[in-house]
Amino acid sequence: MAAKKFVPKVQPKKKDRGPLSDLDKVTLREIKNCAVHVHEKICKQDKPELKFPDRSLKNARYDKKDGYFVMGRSRIERTLSVNTVKSFAQTLKMMALSKQLVDEDDFATKREAYYVSKNWEEAKFDEQPESDATMDDIEAMFSLEGVLREHLRFRADEHGGKVAGQMIVLDRDRESGRPLRIDCTGFGSGAYSIPSSVEHLGFETKAKFVLAIETLGMFERLSQHNYWKTANCILIGTQGVPTRATRRFVRKLSDSHKLPVYAFNDCDPYAFSNIYRTLKVGSGNAVHLNQFFCVPTARFLGVSPQDIVDYDLPTHGLKDVDIKRAQDMLKNDPFFQAHKEWQKAIEMMLKSGQRAEQQALAKHGLNFVLDEYLPQKLKEASKFLP
Amino acid sequence: MSITSGQQTLFDATSDTTMAATKDKPKSPRSTVNAESMATRQREISVSEFFTKNRHLLGFDSPRKALLTAVKEAVDNSLDACEEARIMPDIRVQISRIGTSEKQFTMTVEDNGPGIMKAQVPNVFGRLLYGSKFHRLRQSRGQQGIGISAAGMYGLLTTGNPVRVRSKPGKKSVPLAYEIRIDTAKNRPDATDKVIEWDKEHGTEVSIDMEGEYRRGQKSVEEFLKLMAVANPHVHLVYTDPDGVVTEYQRATNELPQEVEEIKPHPHGVELGILLKMIQESENRTTSAFLQQDFSRVGPTCAKEICEKAGIKPETNPRRLDTPAVQRMKTAIDATKIKAPPLSCIAPIGEALILAGLKKEVDADFYVATSRKPVVYRGHPFAIEVGIAYGKPGDTLAMTDAGKIVEVAKKKTENDEVLMGAADEPIRLIRFANRVPLVFQQSACAISKAVIATNWKNYGMQQPRGALPIGPMVVFVHIASVWVPFTSESKEAIASYDEILEELRLALMESGRKLGVYVRKGRKLAGEFKKRNYIETYIPHMVVALKDILKLDEKDATKARDNLTTVLEKSRKL
Repeated sequence: MAAKKFVPKVQPKKKDRGPLSDLDKVTLREIKNCAVHVHEKICKQDKPELKFPDRSLKNARYDKKDGYFVMGRSRIERTLSVNTVKSFAQTLKMMALSKQLVDEDDFATKREAYYVSKNWEEAKFDEQPESDATMDDIEAMFSLEGVLREHLRFRADEHGGKVAGQMIVLDRDRESGRPLRIDCTGFGSGAYSIPSSVEHLGFETKAKFVLAIETLGMFERLSQHNYWKTANCILIGTQGVPTRATRRFVRKLSDSHKLPVYAFNDCDPYAFSNIYRTLKVGSGNAVHLNQFFCVPTARFLGVSPQDIVDYDLPTHGLKDVDIKRAQDMLKNDPFFQAHKEWQKAIEMMLKSGQRAEQQALAKHGLNFVLDEYLPQKLKEASKFLP
Repeated sequence: MSITSGQQTLFDATSDTTMAATKDKPKSPRSTVNAESMATRQREISVSEFFTKNRHLLGFDSPRKALLTAVKEAVDNSLDACEEARIMPDIRVQISRIGTSEKQFTMTVEDNGPGIMKAQVPNVFGRLLYGSKFHRLRQSRGQQGIGISAAGMYGLLTTGNPVRVRSKPGKKSVPLAYEIRIDTAKNRPDATDKVIEWDKEHGTEVSIDMEGEYRRGQKSVEEFLKLMAVANPHVHLVYTDPDGVVTEYQRATNELPQEVEEIKPHPHGVELGILLKMIQESENRTTSAFLQQDFSRVGPTCAKEICEKAGIKPETNPRRLDTPAVQRMKTAIDATKIKAPPLSCIAPIGEALILAGLKKEVDADFYVATSRKPVVYRGHPFAIEVGIAYGKPGDTLAMTDAGKIVEVAKKKTENDEVLMGAADEPIRLIRFANRVPLVFQQSACAISKAVIATNWKNYGMQQPRGALPIGPMVVFVHIASVWVPFTSESKEAIASYDEILEELRLALMESGRKLGVYVRKGRKLAGEFKKRNYIETYIPHMVVALKDILKLDEKDATKARDNLTTVLEKSRKL
């Protein structure tokens, strides 16, 4: 028996959507402009090309005044050829998908977009990293015109950060559009989860500062013991590298209420560069977005290499990858190169050859961290690493 | 039957002798063996008897091989005779079953050659080491005069039937039919003849009944005849197999191979034993005359130099020279510079006819041939020729004038399978010596060694280490010589003389270089074809995306597609 090809019974209806927002109009205009450029070249029997910003750390410049990585002028031009024809077709298909999503007021996660491509026959993506890369390319290309991935209606699959503290998040009801007030103290033993799009959110709070915590375990300890109440702060659990939405959320929160942001991480090269540095100044890969997706006001509370000495914390030896990463930070990362304090801290770590985890504080008692460590550190916030 | 009993006697005699020889330590005191008793068992072993017991040396070691060897020997003789008499050969070969047996066959080969005189027929077919070719240095297929009579003897031994021959030596001669048995003990034929009616101007036909095994495919009679047709494009041959299927090989040329001269041996090619024999048989009464007249390329000055070096007076009667003197003569010959032998005795096939033969029998995309000038090994002139047929038709791409690459339609013929292997199989190497295909012992042959030693990767072929290259290719190699140095009497492999290996190397390289140019061009075209196919896969997707975004109509979309195709093809000019 021959396998019958499955055809869905319900054909997608064109949704009625309200009038296009100004942002949507800009998005559609930019997609169209790009396609027109390609089409004109083809009509002239020239090889069409697409220009993408160079998204490597090489093309990132750390602007100490602005406080984040900014993109250099380097562009990558992709001219249609045998080697590029597949990704050229995929890029155009992805743009067409974006246009359709705007037209229908819908969205697609990165993974969904990858599965949509499975209907593109030869132009389909074999693995999701390929479709993610194409999406990043398009995003970077349009970011030059101020259009972000969210505007292109693509979303990350990433988990959102967790929030606990005395704060009201102002959101809107999906159906009625009525304003919603979400009290972040009202989640009991759970926590508020940052959505993937945060642009429309507003905040009400009287907290004094934001504490961005690397590990979920530490976040839970602080939140379960109501540390937010004791210290009058907002706790954010980033669970490793903060996602774009988390970065944007913290940024908006910090901007709107002039709150200082303190990062509380492990003491190892990964925590310094990938977690803290990304939160504060953004990443090389997303250099085109850093102006929105970073928190330049953030400072590093701990655990610092000096803390290991001061608190006599139990440590682990640095692995080869750690040492390599630390050396690379000193040599190539414009952020660390701009801050002497960081260079000293990293050199100190390399010299001792040791790293420590946040949880190492439990050596002195499970609640040592909230009873003693954090209050002591917060007294001297000016000494935090930049 | 006398033959069988004769063999039995011989067997007993030999085994006794062997036993006696091993009993050098008298283990048993009861043994009464002594010189006297041994003498009663010591007697001459005839050549025929020797080969009866060593038939593998002549290529009759298996029933399957026997059939092929018999056909080969008969065809060789027919072609040699025709060419010497300057007659365009018309050969008929037939193999038929005896009754319904799958084990006994009759092999018949008929030619339009000059025929054989009545007095000679019994000797030619019934006596080993009898022939016209052993005693002279002339390029011919047969060399030793044992081939066809060995086949006859094999037939007699396995079926008991005599060799049947019909021959008519000329228009006005009476055609005779013969039945010939070989007395293996005496190496003497035992023949009867009678007058027959034979509607033929001249020619010979030989039929031998023999035990055999009939197979098709590699190392079959079919394959042998096909190879023969490749190397002998002047031959017209009709073959009828045991099932009555007739295959006809047409001529590709109406010219006989160039007539070859017989030469005297070159001094550098003789060994001491032959030198002694030549001296005994010489009619010359002085050493100087012997050297000048019984050898090629020896003049008065040269003869004088040899005599001086050997310390022999030139006027000495050569028969009076003792063995040490002849030994000195041999050393003197080797130490003297002597002009290379005349090369006119070599008749190569020639590049044009190699190509014609290959094109006739092997379907390929590309043919190339190299015919080297004759050179000398150990005083014997020889020439190496190489031909290459590459690529199965239909697997190729061609570029049109408009710059499009198209696949050339395949025309399938049965020729494909017989000689040329698949793209992932080793190449087929076909070897020839004096236009005779060499079917067996490929790996022991100098030709194979030279082909393997050639670096075919230089010519765009794959080649595993120490093996034949891989690919759809036939490599034809021919050695023409007045004396082809076979590794054994069954004439299956060429001995690896340095001079021969070097000429093989040069000839293979010359053809290989031309092949390389072709292979690389084809590969480039194939790569380009693949890339263009790849491009054309994605063009429609680009157009659909543009159509979606810009809301193009069908006309604009088609135009965009055409433009894109043109742009990409234009950018990929070869």
